[in-house]
Amino acid sequence: MKQTPKFLAYAIVAVGALFMLAPFYFMFVFATQSRTDIFNVPPPLFFSDELINNLKVLTTRLPFWKNVGWSLYVGLMSTALTLLFCSMAGYAFAMLEFRFKRALFALVMATMMVPSFMNMIPSFMVMDALGWIDTHRALYLPGAASAFGIFLMRQFAASTVPKELLSAARIDGASELGIYWRIALPLMKPALGTLGLITFISSWNNFMNPLIVMRTAENYTLPLALRSLFSTTSTEWGALMAGSAIATLPLIVLFVISSRQLIAGLTAGAVK
Amino acid sequence: MSFRIPSRWAPYLLVSPFLILFAVFGLFPLLFSAWLAFQSWEPTSGIEAMQFVGFDNFAFALTDGWFWKSLRNTLWLAVATGVPQHLVAIPLAVFLHRSFGRWRGLFSGAYFLPYITSTVAIAMLFGSLFSTDYGLVNQALHAMFGTENINWMRSPEAIKPAVAIIVFWRYVGFNLVLYLAALQTIPNDLYQAAKLDGAGPWQQFLRITLPGIKPMILFGVTLSIIGGLQLFEEPFILTNGKGGADQAAMTVAMYLYRLAFDFSDFGGASALAWIMFGIIALLTWLTNKAFADKQVQR
Repeated sequence: MKQTPKFLAYAIVAVGALFMLAPFYFMFVFATQSRTDIFNVPPPLFFSDELINNLKVLTTRLPFWKNVGWSLYVGLMSTALTLLFCSMAGYAFAMLEFRFKRALFALVMATMMVPSFMNMIPSFMVMDALGWIDTHRALYLPGAASAFGIFLMRQFAASTVPKELLSAARIDGASELGIYWRIALPLMKPALGTLGLITFISSWNNFMNPLIVMRTAENYTLPLALRSLFSTTSTEWGALMAGSAIATLPLIVLFVISSRQLIAGLTAGAVK
Repeated sequence: MSFRIPSRWAPYLLVSPFLILFAVFGLFPLLFSAWLAFQSWEPTSGIEAMQFVGFDNFAFALTDGWFWKSLRNTLWLAVATGVPQHLVAIPLAVFLHRSFGRWRGLFSGAYFLPYITSTVAIAMLFGSLFSTDYGLVNQALHAMFGTENINWMRSPEAIKPAVAIIVFWRYVGFNLVLYLAALQTIPNDLYQAAKLDGAGPWQQFLRITLPGIKPMILFGVTLSIIGGLQLFEEPFILTNGKGGADQAAMTVAMYLYRLAFDFSDFGGASALAWIMFGIIALLTWLTNKAFADKQVQR
């Protein structure tokens, strides 16, 4: 009698997990099917050999590899800047004393509450005024000192960087910036890794910002490029799925390598 | 030797990138949008053409049929995706916590994966799965229940559930992980003691588990409300930015986008943004109050 509920629990969790993963499976299966075979009766449940063809369609309809390149470029730039800016601010908030510190940190927390659509129109106008429409810095610069990143860095620095180490360095005559760069930053490596992953993934997936500022297909990042394929009257489903699979595969790989770190980072605000 | 800045300036130097980026891309746009909400303006006519119109933009939004429609759609979707997310995530988390041991990480990972993948890729994939004539979903439903094909993307009744399924699928794992973390903080002795007192699994769930994860429920529900009311990408991509048949999947955030970028009404869109901001703040506050009140009664 005790075994039945336990078995049921296993079955429910396993079936649920199957439903979670099935769409990914079909994305990869469809990527290898021709445009029409995807909608066969019964539907294709296994891989076929149309991948090369689908990629050909994809690269004639879109500057696809260029789009992949821009996505990588924007992702890496935004990761590098975010790590630098957020570790700087997070370190200062955790380890240093200065006037207006509490007020400024409250400001950081408050910016986390602002819904993304609030900024949609005015940030378009700011980009327009700066002449940044259709440029990639409009994608990686504005969010590079994110409140989430600063919060994550502050929490981590506060719990791992020993204050005694900093005062010892000060007595030895190290400069404040030197202490941040040479002593604190190396100790913050694990959190930098987590924030880097999260930043890269959210930049890679970002749709709303490029939608508002990017104009020419040559400059599109992947999500925007793929969507432009969707809007044509007769959708090339096979090519579209191949593109989507290419956009998704790096994320799955990153996730498999670092799921524990990623999940902990993404839920950090809640758990801590 | 090397150039040194005075050490009392160092903290400000370290927070300066945040301050500069926030001022230019956070605070200024926000203030500008507050000002814009009282202006009549379209971007093509240049900044001089801006005209102060008082509360006209707000009055227009509140009498605009499409605003109310998009608000109803948004609330419908927020409830239809938010409630099941938690009703499913809580028992799943309990199952995983109790009986999965070292497989826990693997399974929670499977549930979490949709959360980190590209909305565009996912929306397109579901677009093909929900396709009317030969889509996988319709074929599966037909094979299992003999149902007629449902025109998911083009009928006003079906598109909302389709969007809700996608959003549910994407975020249920996130909530699952939150609840798993909360469950780990409940001391095992409590369950042992309850067992000795003769409490069954259901009693234990009601008396120990639920109260133990209550702060997380509050947090998770608040996140779902805030996120649900901002819903934009999934319906936007699926309906090509137009909102679908009879605008049945047009959320407020989508309407805001259309008002600004399709209809060039920047003032009206700004007013709409502030109205929606107020609604989100109000609902968040109400949620917190509702949960807090119950605690007092106990």
